[in-house]
Amino acid sequence: MADTHSIIGTKNKKGQTYTDTWKMMNEAPRTPSFYTGSEVIKEAIRRASCDVMIAYPITPQSEAAALIGELFAEGYIGDYFRGESEFAVMSQCAGAAFGGARVFTTTAGPGTMRAMENFPMWSGARLPIQMIVTCRGINSPLSIQPDTLEIAYLLNTGMLVWHAETAQDFFDWILKGYIVSEEPDVHLPLALCCDGFFVTHTKDVVNLTPADMCLPPYDPYRSPVPCMDMECPPVRMMRDPFVMKSNYISYATHASWQQEIWAAVERSRKHTIHWLNGLVDTENTDADIVIVASGTAVSQGREAIRMLEDEGVRCGLVKVKSLRPWPEEEIRQATKNAKHIFVPEFNVTGWLAKEIRATVPNSQRVHAGPHVCGGMTMPPEIIVSEIKTALGMKTFSMAGRGS
Amino acid sequence: MSKERIQISEALYDIMPSDYQDLVKSATYGKEDRGWKDIGTSKELIEQHSLCAGCPESMAFRYILASLPNPEDTVMVGSTGCTSLVFPMVAVHNIHSLFGNQNAIASGLKRALGVRFPGRVKDVVVLAGDGATVDIGLDMTLQAWFRQEKFTTICFDNELYANTGGQESGLMQKGFVAKMAPVGKLFDKVRLPEIARESGCHYVVNCTVSKPSLVEKVIRNAVHVAREIGPTYLQLYTPCILEIGKNSMEGLQEMRDSEKPTERFAYKEYISEPAKQLLAELAAKDKERKAAAKQLAGQASA
Repeated sequence: MADTHSIIGTKNKKGQTYTDTWKMMNEAPRTPSFYTGSEVIKEAIRRASCDVMIAYPITPQSEAAALIGELFAEGYIGDYFRGESEFAVMSQCAGAAFGGARVFTTTAGPGTMRAMENFPMWSGARLPIQMIVTCRGINSPLSIQPDTLEIAYLLNTGMLVWHAETAQDFFDWILKGYIVSEEPDVHLPLALCCDGFFVTHTKDVVNLTPADMCLPPYDPYRSPVPCMDMECPPVRMMRDPFVMKSNYISYATHASWQQEIWAAVERSRKHTIHWLNGLVDTENTDADIVIVASGTAVSQGREAIRMLEDEGVRCGLVKVKSLRPWPEEEIRQATKNAKHIFVPEFNVTGWLAKEIRATVPNSQRVHAGPHVCGGMTMPPEIIVSEIKTALGMKTFSMAGRGS
Repeated sequence: MSKERIQISEALYDIMPSDYQDLVKSATYGKEDRGWKDIGTSKELIEQHSLCAGCPESMAFRYILASLPNPEDTVMVGSTGCTSLVFPMVAVHNIHSLFGNQNAIASGLKRALGVRFPGRVKDVVVLAGDGATVDIGLDMTLQAWFRQEKFTTICFDNELYANTGGQESGLMQKGFVAKMAPVGKLFDKVRLPEIARESGCHYVVNCTVSKPSLVEKVIRNAVHVAREIGPTYLQLYTPCILEIGKNSMEGLQEMRDSEKPTERFAYKEYISEPAKQLLAELAAKDKERKAAAKQLAGQASA
């Protein structure tokens, strides 16, 4: 069996040095670079020692998926091809992961929905695939605009689900994500989500790790289930397949298997806290008013807080980084002093507000909003207006909001 | 993997299931010229099966597993259906993930094995029913062929959805009355062998599994061509005796009746030029090896 420790310090065929991930992410020098989110995905994958990437065009992830193709042409990735649909691509990713490869893919909106049947299968089969989700609308009529509704559908698949705010989050979390995902006591897929266009198509200064350092390779023999490569004995799994039996043993097997997936999500908590420095980031949580958000809604919340400060209203902030595992205790703690909890979101149903309502005591404190959807931007003014209205302060109604 | 990999630690030998002990003692991993004739004298790679009594699919499974040229380095991919009831009893790594995505799984798997084991033979064989291959999975079946993915696709064609209780499928004959075809199927049996040829398969055979020697030949050819050249496709008639109103003993006769020259499973093959060349080379090597072995045996007895 490969020992990943012994490989540290050796070079891959591109001359990159396999580097201890903690050192690479936390101690190695960083170079500020002005890149789009898509380019940042490419730069992270350049350093991720990926074996297989499978691509399919869908806005707004197409550019990133094509840029990974350039990495393949340069020799940084073992294999790369365009699949025929997201359903097929996610199955191809599964096949590659079953065969012991470190696998990467990207999708968005309708693609996420089309591929959905694969995701509980990925977690059920304990495949640590990383999938970037550049969220976009999934409604009809056709929309390609930013909208985070699709994340709601991922929350119960058994995948780890993280929601990046910035391109910097993205860069760091792609690399750290593999490490958490591939822990033997986790070994689950990761949906690393961001808000399409806002993150993928805008340029930002991102501090990159050195390009000549890369992650240690994936070791498929640390998996809690056998790798399907005929390198270990092909045990017969069972005498009768459970699918055809309607008896207690078969129910108990399926039930315990599902419980084990969610136990693995729970076990990822300690690794996620270690690598992401907590499941949430908090600021001024002693304030009476706290904004809880994920993704770019955090940035807008931060701006709204600055504007409210100018008017003498003090407001705290909770940035939710990981949605699965869910930071239940962290959110309870961070909102324990809050009289009002505001949850700005880029989707119509307010799935994050529902999660928070189910988490905090006295859930009438949770104001599910403001919501924008269908590609609408969320000017900080509407967050300010929502908060001031709730506090009974005078506010100006925004044109076009219908309020 | 070699046979050494399946050895049991002496201290644990007596607590291992007897079928695993048999596998270590007398399975045919790594045997040259393994084939259907090993059945009865060696441990088969299929233990039991939970198919109906007399199901031709169980015969097909046994012949195929006895004939794979390289089971110690073969990974099989299945799909949902009667075949998925058998795979848990097969001593070759196999993957079931969803219904219809088998050729997509195999594509990713073959690529990954190529990246991880450069220069080593790792065969991938898909085995799925006609619903999985032709209806729900047709897109992925064809796209894998278009991309020239180097693995074998085997379709167990029983001309209906057997596991769900006998519904119409694309490979069902026109006019057949079944569930979901209450007035008889309204369109022709999909011509997948022809489509396979046009989609880039290098070796295509349509036949029944009535003759084990024939199954052995086409399996070996299909796996070798897929390994060296490109996609291959076998469509094997494995009638669902239950759903066509036959008795357990009548499966074999049903296949014999259906493989007559004017019937829909009359033997039909297509071999591309590069595949013909490869098979000729393999046959010549085989002949040479057999002659050498014969000579050696002659010398030994002299």
